[in-house]
Amino acid sequence: MNPYKRSPFIKVATVLVYFFLYAPIIGLIVFAFNSSRTNVFFGGFITQWGPLQMEGSTVVQSPCGPFHWFCDLTQNREVMSATKNTLTIALISTISATVIGTMAALALQRYNFKLKGFSQLSLYIPIVIPEIVMGIGILVLFSQAFNFLNSSLGLLGDSRLTLGLPTVIVSHIAFSIPFVTLVVQARLQGFDKSFEEAAMDLGANELVTFWRVTFPMILPGVLSGALLAFTLSLDDFVITFFTTGPGATTLPIYVYGLLRRIITPQVNALSTVWVLVVVAIVFLLQRIQSRET
Amino acid sequence: MLKRLRENKSSQGTLLITPTLIFMVGLLIIPLLLTLIISFGRRSADGNVIYTFGLHNYIRILGISTACEGGQSLCFDPLYANILRRSLALAFNSTVLVILLAYPLAYFIARAHPKRRNTFLFMVLVPLWTNFVIRVYAWMMLLRTQGVINSVLGWLAGLVGIPFAPFEMLYTPGAVLVGMVYEFLPFMILPIFTSLEKIDNSLYEAAADLGANPIRTFLRVTLPLSMPGVVAGTILVFIPVMGTFIVSDLLGGRQVILIGNLIQRQFLDARDPTFGSAASLILMAMTLIVTFFYTRKFGFGEEIVAA
Repeated sequence: MNPYKRSPFIKVATVLVYFFLYAPIIGLIVFAFNSSRTNVFFGGFITQWGPLQMEGSTVVQSPCGPFHWFCDLTQNREVMSATKNTLTIALISTISATVIGTMAALALQRYNFKLKGFSQLSLYIPIVIPEIVMGIGILVLFSQAFNFLNSSLGLLGDSRLTLGLPTVIVSHIAFSIPFVTLVVQARLQGFDKSFEEAAMDLGANELVTFWRVTFPMILPGVLSGALLAFTLSLDDFVITFFTTGPGATTLPIYVYGLLRRIITPQVNALSTVWVLVVVAIVFLLQRIQSRET
Repeated sequence: MLKRLRENKSSQGTLLITPTLIFMVGLLIIPLLLTLIISFGRRSADGNVIYTFGLHNYIRILGISTACEGGQSLCFDPLYANILRRSLALAFNSTVLVILLAYPLAYFIARAHPKRRNTFLFMVLVPLWTNFVIRVYAWMMLLRTQGVINSVLGWLAGLVGIPFAPFEMLYTPGAVLVGMVYEFLPFMILPIFTSLEKIDNSLYEAAADLGANPIRTFLRVTLPLSMPGVVAGTILVFIPVMGTFIVSDLLGGRQVILIGNLIQRQFLDARDPTFGSAASLILMAMTLIVTFFYTRKFGFGEEIVAA
């Protein structure tokens, strides 16, 4: 019996589901090359370099030819600042969450201490409650704390504490930690303590053992945890939505704002770049994981 | 000596877990408790919170009203109860649809040649990691009256020569359902795949040797053994569908108001954070109750972590 035999029904269903998954993304990318500015319908591909005839009498200079909307994107200050914010938040929160989460995984897997059960349980909370509940909670915490501090310290005007990049970063660290911890913990579960014991027997102290034995062995887990945290942060909408303030707009928040107003193919160009970045990250993640096994 | 070493180990463990505990308590547990405290409070005239203790917000959500038209002292106002019911129904429908779509694909990948499995999984991960908001936007473009689907249908109708009136698809409950299914489908595919992949091939052979036809094999072998994946996937889909507000906001317009939208609006437009907090806790309670009974019935697998 051929173990890889699948019925025609399964094959047809698979093709249809993949089509369902990819049709919207392909449509998004096609419209990034739209020659119509309103983006309500597809006006054909942009085919020439130089002056570009939009609908009506509008003529736009397009030195980038078919990639007009991509060039346009780099001219958009809001997009550039949102990109900067998104990357800043993702980098800082990923590094922090990876360090903190790896420490927690080591603690939970290698040591016994008080509150161990509670700690492990608390890591599952973000998975079993809706994101909006967590977002609302953090918003309530910050707004009440800031209200209290502003009035009791008498802060006025620009010195008032408000929501902004720091509150977003702290919240992103909080929701990333459980994911890093669970990934690294899974990695630690898989490997033999005897390597560490051997290193200790050979005279290495705990620190040397960690850096020369434990860390190299869990590194793939740490890296995939970090990449997971990075993509979660890049991708996050809900928590950011409730913890962000003026000047701390991220790309998902910016796109959401646009969708409620006017949409140009710029949004599609932005989405296309985003999809390409994501493909690269997922590819990397898979390479790391397949090397693990 | 040994005792000291063990104590030392314990203090090292405490040291390593402390930062995580600070974040989990400070940004998860304290905020939840604060939400609970606020939900008993009242809104002041300037939109701030007055700390009191009353169940008025909960009574309001459940629909018990004192402002009745007929002059009775108490009556039922179904406004919020309807929102809760609609959210539950949508979450249920989306989850069922997602299972129906995810299962064949997960089965296909699990029984693909090991060399190609990673490629097929990669193809599931790309839409999953494409930004949530961007994916909703993609559906706005497809479903719009002048959008892609209507254009393609119109073109096809033109080819055959039948008159075509574009469908109104955007800003309908159906659009929200499709959007939810699309957003959360990968969360079901991955855990089902994980549990299907574990099934030993010899089980299929044994079933075939004992004379079971493919349908019987599926019902008696494959399906029961893949249930942990379906359970994990259901939790991963049901919980976020209950709480999401962007999909209904952008694809449902004003037609479809879910509990997520209700909560968001209470905070966004500085309406009533105390009422929003109560709604948020009701949402949490509903998801926890459903998850609890569901996992107690079907068990709780490690698949949830694998995804």
